[in-house]
Amino acid sequence: MTWHEEYVCSGQGEDKPMKVKALIVDDSSVMRKIVERSLRQAGIDLSEVVEAGNGVEALSALRLAAVDLILCAINMPVMDGLEFVRQAAKLENVKGVPIIMITTEGSESYVAQALTSGARGYIRKPFTADQVKENVMPLLAGK
Amino acid sequence: MKGVKQSHAEWPERESWLPLLELSVREVYERMLGCQVEPGIITDTQPALDCIALVGLTGTLRGVLSLRCSSASAILMASKMLELSAGDADPQMGDAIGEICNMIAGNFKSRIPELSDRCMLSVPTVIAGEDYTCHSLADGGSIDTAFLLEGSPVTVTLQVHS
Repeated sequence: MTWHEEYVCSGQGEDKPMKVKALIVDDSSVMRKIVERSLRQAGIDLSEVVEAGNGVEALSALRLAAVDLILCAINMPVMDGLEFVRQAAKLENVKGVPIIMITTEGSESYVAQALTSGARGYIRKPFTADQVKENVMPLLAGK
Repeated sequence: MKGVKQSHAEWPERESWLPLLELSVREVYERMLGCQVEPGIITDTQPALDCIALVGLTGTLRGVLSLRCSSASAILMASKMLELSAGDADPQMGDAIGEICNMIAGNFKSRIPELSDRCMLSVPTVIAGEDYTCHSLADGGSIDTAFLLEGSPVTVTLQVHS
């Protein structure tokens, strides 16, 4: 079974992909819109998109409602993505939710810190919809 | 790309950085805006480059990477990034060129192994308007590239502290 078939099957046995509620965390509203568009272009059926401008806003959003997928920038004011991942990992409704970092900071140390703190993957900017698909779909399928 | 000026003869090992910077520019525009940039030069008859985005670099490499363009080009970039009309994209132009500058800087440093892990980027700053002078304290020379986006000039400059 391919990852896409698994993803489709995870939609409670229906012949269509599951609906995904995504949280997109980035201080740039332009980047949030681009990430959302890339998710849709990747074939992910988004039921709702929650946006946050930094880690503090994202934690507040997660305390209000659970999501299925989190995409988060690293370099942000107020609370950066690495600290957000550390704190989000303590929230009960984030357990098992894939967190994917989106960053221009492609350095090994940043990536290693993010993965150690609980992120499941990362996408380096600039990215294409295909790269988003390659990184996100397997994590949704295995969620 | 044509219209490239190099002013870092004192750093022969950095001669290779110019094509890497150009490659980063091309990749960011292709992937995030879905368009190709053309080689270009800046002439006196072209519109004023009244928008500038700045991203600071610190660590192994210290300096500033800047992207300059006209406000019309900045709106065009936002329009392409967001797939919006120019009118709807106008309020996003600062955010858009800041992100483009940030991605070029990040992409560029990721191509140089000794910079990738030991050079950090600042959050972008964007200035718009014609009545300003941008003076960098970077004293280690610069790498400059210029290109055309749908006929409008854009420059990207890396100024380096010695």
